[in-house]
Amino acid sequence: MLFQITWFVLWGVLWAVYFMLDGFVLGVGILENFLGRNDAEKRVMINTIGPVWDGNEVWLVTAGGATFAAFPTTYALMFSYLYTPLLLLLFALIIRGVSFEFRGKMQGGGWKKMWDAAILVGSLVPALLFGVAFGNIFSGLPMDAAGYHGSLLYLLNPYGVLTGVLFVLLFVEHGALYLSVKTAGELKLRAIGVAKGIWPALLTVAALFLAMTGFATNLYGNFFAVPALFAVPLAAVAALACTRLFTARGRMLKAFAASCFTIVLVVGTGVAGLFPNLIPSSLDPAYSLTIYNSSSSEYTLKIMTAVALIFVPVVIAYKIWVYRVFRGPVTIEDVETDEHAY
Amino acid sequence: MDVLTLSRLQFAVTSMFHFIFVPLTLGLSILVAWMETRYVRTGNVTYLRMAKFWGKLFLINFALGVVTGITLEFQFGMNWAEYSRYVGDIFGAPLAIEATVAFFLESVFIGVWIFGWNKVSKRLHALSIWLVAVATNLSALWILLANGWMQHPVGYVLRNGRAEMVDFMALVTNPYGLLKFTHTLVAGYSVAAFFVMGISAWHLLKKNEPEFFRISFKIAAKFGLAAALLVLMIGDFHAVEVARTQPAKFAAMESVWETKKNAAFNIFVFPDVKKECNLYEEFCIPNMLSYLAFHTADGEIKGLKSFPQDERPPVTPVFLSFRLMVGFGMLFILLSILAVVFSRRGTLEAHPLFLKIMLYSIPLPYIANQLGWIVAEVGRQPWIVYGVLKTSDAVSRSISTVQVAGSLAGFTLLYGVLGALDVYLLARFARRGPDEDLTSLVQPFGKEA
Repeated sequence: MLFQITWFVLWGVLWAVYFMLDGFVLGVGILENFLGRNDAEKRVMINTIGPVWDGNEVWLVTAGGATFAAFPTTYALMFSYLYTPLLLLLFALIIRGVSFEFRGKMQGGGWKKMWDAAILVGSLVPALLFGVAFGNIFSGLPMDAAGYHGSLLYLLNPYGVLTGVLFVLLFVEHGALYLSVKTAGELKLRAIGVAKGIWPALLTVAALFLAMTGFATNLYGNFFAVPALFAVPLAAVAALACTRLFTARGRMLKAFAASCFTIVLVVGTGVAGLFPNLIPSSLDPAYSLTIYNSSSSEYTLKIMTAVALIFVPVVIAYKIWVYRVFRGPVTIEDVETDEHAY
Repeated sequence: MDVLTLSRLQFAVTSMFHFIFVPLTLGLSILVAWMETRYVRTGNVTYLRMAKFWGKLFLINFALGVVTGITLEFQFGMNWAEYSRYVGDIFGAPLAIEATVAFFLESVFIGVWIFGWNKVSKRLHALSIWLVAVATNLSALWILLANGWMQHPVGYVLRNGRAEMVDFMALVTNPYGLLKFTHTLVAGYSVAAFFVMGISAWHLLKKNEPEFFRISFKIAAKFGLAAALLVLMIGDFHAVEVARTQPAKFAAMESVWETKKNAAFNIFVFPDVKKECNLYEEFCIPNMLSYLAFHTADGEIKGLKSFPQDERPPVTPVFLSFRLMVGFGMLFILLSILAVVFSRRGTLEAHPLFLKIMLYSIPLPYIANQLGWIVAEVGRQPWIVYGVLKTSDAVSRSISTVQVAGSLAGFTLLYGVLGALDVYLLARFARRGPDEDLTSLVQPFGKEA
């Protein structure tokens, strides 16, 4: 039981870190088309995420792999039930990754325009779909002894769509703040402008999300049982407020950090509310997938815990090192003089 | 077609497409790391230009390898939910470990390598491509241990309606998995060696930067010869392991119908599946097959007839793929020997026909790799986990024919377009040759370094 809880926490952490890290890459991908007025500016934006996007996406692969290893039944049912949205997600992520690499390989307006469009689709679609998927996981999937009774249209219920919009706005805000740290001059000012402009919409949707969560899901059950848990969503709201305060004062790195906390705490709120479910059944709680009825054997969980304890700190250490190596803003001069830039 | 057939087809399409890019990554990462290390050690700028030129091709190839890998992980859950549920306890672990131990390392340090030329020291930069090389090879280890478990399941018990892991070390030291890993690895090195030799040959024929491409060719030739020899050697041990653990697959590989000791090896054979015999058997070498299977002349080979018909793999494709693969393997040894001889003597350009052959040989190791996977995966049928779970019991129950037909069409289309673009870019940058600015900077008076 201890190991199942451990892996539930790790599962939540992996998703939270993934959204925190790929969130700004997705946000930058959405903004690239709108914020860049010429090719040089677009290249600057792509190059701010160039050295790190691939490593950030691996958190998704790890979250998937951890679900497989620790909760195989959940992995099997979640992935086969959500077949079509996951397929679209895969296509989008494939297109995004290739676009970063291929866009700069040839000159010519048509070629670059094509990849700009691909980056937009490859970033917007995953942001939206992750939100829709997690909204539906929070509210539960229509599953019982006979299997799954949903469809792609079912997933696009109001709460699912609202969570999708929340994710898109969170990531656009996050990406804008990242760009405000990693660019200079006019582009930086425009990024700050976007961050300020998006924020009220984000706040509104976040408030709506917290309110609708009370009606559409059972997440708050855990919070009323253990009121101390309310600290998590409260901290999320506080972090969201801090992003705006720091932005107003021009403390962009702090604003970005606050945005990181916001994303982690939003995921934390959902995960804390789910426990001990991984995916609740919206039809009958007896068919909910929980950490108890869908986990691996204790032996496997022990092995995986040992692996995680040894290697995750190593990964975090070299990732921090990499962010330090590439610290500081990317400028137009940088991308124009560096033959290796995207 | 039903969900099962479509899902199998989709897995074949997506994994074979993924494996167009992986073998080159495995080998070329090492070659590029070696070139950059030579530069750091000697200060010779030619090696730096080499690392950059081959590195650029490496990256174009690498991108597709990375993005198509995620598909495979997701597909286990999407299309093979019953499989994932049944074996996730033991099969999920190596996949999760691969991501944690290898994939992070690879993807983080590839970023350092691409963008770090002016940000980290020369040594650290060279170290980062070595870390990428180590990580891709390590990644292959965990994936092939997972596949090795599907071929020869070990370290588990059937409990609580599924296969549960009871011995992690058995999984990690599974001889099947380790042989498969090393065989696949060196096969990947062959792809990289022939890739570098083929492109170098083209430039040598065009008399572009002869010095640069002579050295590139020579490095690849030695690497290729070592790889080609190791592929055969490890392949031989691998076949023994197959004969021991998967007799039905071995019988299909060699098209053996009757169980017999002191089995002979026929150079020309063709199976007749309906009549359960061979259409013809010519040029017989006594005892050879028993020796190949068990390394003793009197080893008993189980014939296909000793397995119920519904437990035999499709014989013809497995047999043909295996024969062709082995044939290619022999050819690679021959070509690499010539490559080493000519490049050591410095007479490559005196043999234009050989250079032309090397150019057109670029696709052959790719094909041989794919054939090897056909032997491994089709040869395991009808099992998804040999002797434990049938492929037909492994497919997801909640997905529909329409869904899978749609996704198969989508993958085929998307991968087709991306594959074409990738080959186009590879050819374009391969033709363009190395950038010149570095040489002119360092040696303003001569073109050649």
